Amino acid sequence: MIEVKNINKSFEENHVLKNVSAIFEAGKTNMIIGQSGSGKTVLMKSIIGLHRIDSGRIEYDGRNLPDMKMKEIRLLRREVGMLFQGSALFDSLSVLENVMYPLEMFSDFSKPEMIDRAYFCLKHVNLEEKAYGLAPSEISGGMQKRVAIARAIALQPKYLFCDEPNSGLDPRTSLVIDQLIHEITQEFDITTIINSHDMNSVMEIGENIIFIEKGEMAWQGNKDDIFHVDNEALNDFVFASELFKKVKATNQ
Amino acid sequence: MGLLSDTGKYFLLMKRVFVLPDRGRMFFRQFPKELEKLGLESLPIVIIISVFIGAIMTIQTKLNTENPLLPTYSTGLVTRDTLLLEFSSTIMCLILAGKVGSNIASEIGTMRITEQIDALEIMGVNSANYLILPKITAFVVMMPFLVIFSMAVGLIGGYLVGAFTDVITTADYLLGIQYAFIPYYVFYSIVKSVAFAFVISSVAAFYGYYAYGGALDVGKASTNAVVNGSILILFFNLLITNLMLN
Repeated sequence: MIEVKNINKSFEENHVLKNVSAIFEAGKTNMIIGQSGSGKTVLMKSIIGLHRIDSGRIEYDGRNLPDMKMKEIRLLRREVGMLFQGSALFDSLSVLENVMYPLEMFSDFSKPEMIDRAYFCLKHVNLEEKAYGLAPSEISGGMQKRVAIARAIALQPKYLFCDEPNSGLDPRTSLVIDQLIHEITQEFDITTIINSHDMNSVMEIGENIIFIEKGEMAWQGNKDDIFHVDNEALNDFVFASELFKKVKATNQ
Repeated sequence: MGLLSDTGKYFLLMKRVFVLPDRGRMFFRQFPKELEKLGLESLPIVIIISVFIGAIMTIQTKLNTENPLLPTYSTGLVTRDTLLLEFSSTIMCLILAGKVGSNIASEIGTMRITEQIDALEIMGVNSANYLILPKITAFVVMMPFLVIFSMAVGLIGGYLVGAFTDVITTADYLLGIQYAFIPYYVFYSIVKSVAFAFVISSVAAFYGYYAYGGALDVGKASTNAVVNGSILILFFNLLITNLMLN
């Protein structure tokens, strides 16, 4: 479980995060949603430690990140997997080598054990074996996301962060990626935090949703609660499209 | 203020670079690749430029020293000393600052803007050490070989002028390049080139590592790496020359 308590973050005069508190539960897909510029990416990067917060606490199962030294942060990060918006696969390595990379860096596995583990992860994300030797630039965007997920889970992380996992993907592939993240979260009991503004994803896998509005936490609930909220900003955001207005009407 | 801040950032980055690698085997896997990419792949340009400059220098020296009072071997002697003292170390490093510097800055800069460096950091890897240390060490190791190679090929270029034209005889040229040879000049040249190799690779890595934005910014980082690397080479050239030859 990750708990953030009263975190504040400013960039010079711009106060981006204002006293944000939230709980991200283990074994659940926790989603941070909000309009562009609302501060959700800053929130996620602050939780990971890529941004240093001005005040507040970020507790990874009771361990407060802002109190940690760089060495301790590095050790903590070995428990973290991350899926980046653009996949962030290493260009110079093949698909298989990308997944093996964290194992080579931090595990004491022998080479055959590393290959076995990498194969296990790649099979888990349903990637065909013929793609294993290819470079990231030779596979599709959806496949790249799957490789990135396989790399993120290679070291059996306790925490998984996904930054806009569906950006640039078609609706069908988006659904596959969403379900994959959801399955992995439940299967390995990971604390997963997804940063998204894709409402299809929210409705599909949002078990714990945090809505950020102008840097403040404006609402927290699940995908079923979202239909019965009278928060104007949240309703404007969620039911912006005609499709979701119809879904809401049906639910009510 | 910006210069001071950048200097501080550069030294802080170097502090992160020069620590023991997280995994020695990963460093030793990367190191030969960098030797090949930064060193061996620079050989063709070193050969082409050195052979032509050696030849041109011989012709120009001969034309500018047409004086019966000067000994006939002086053309070979001047060509040799110019190659040894300045061309093969400083000028060659300025050329390599363009080739290698832009290569390092654009590679690391692209990794930065495509979040590959963030991915390394999230995994708990010291990205500065993992990415930059093999490049700096490989280039520093390779540079003396490139310089010695450039000296040899440059001298061959001058010999070819004697062999294929009537500007100078090969006998005069060969006598000139052996006359009053001072081995210390080679040592001085190698010391300079090692310092320049460090400047080129570390400055380029610095600009690439702190690239921010998109493709345009990577291009800007690459340009800054080449321009500032070249200026620093000239500055250190003056400093080292004053220390070692004055």
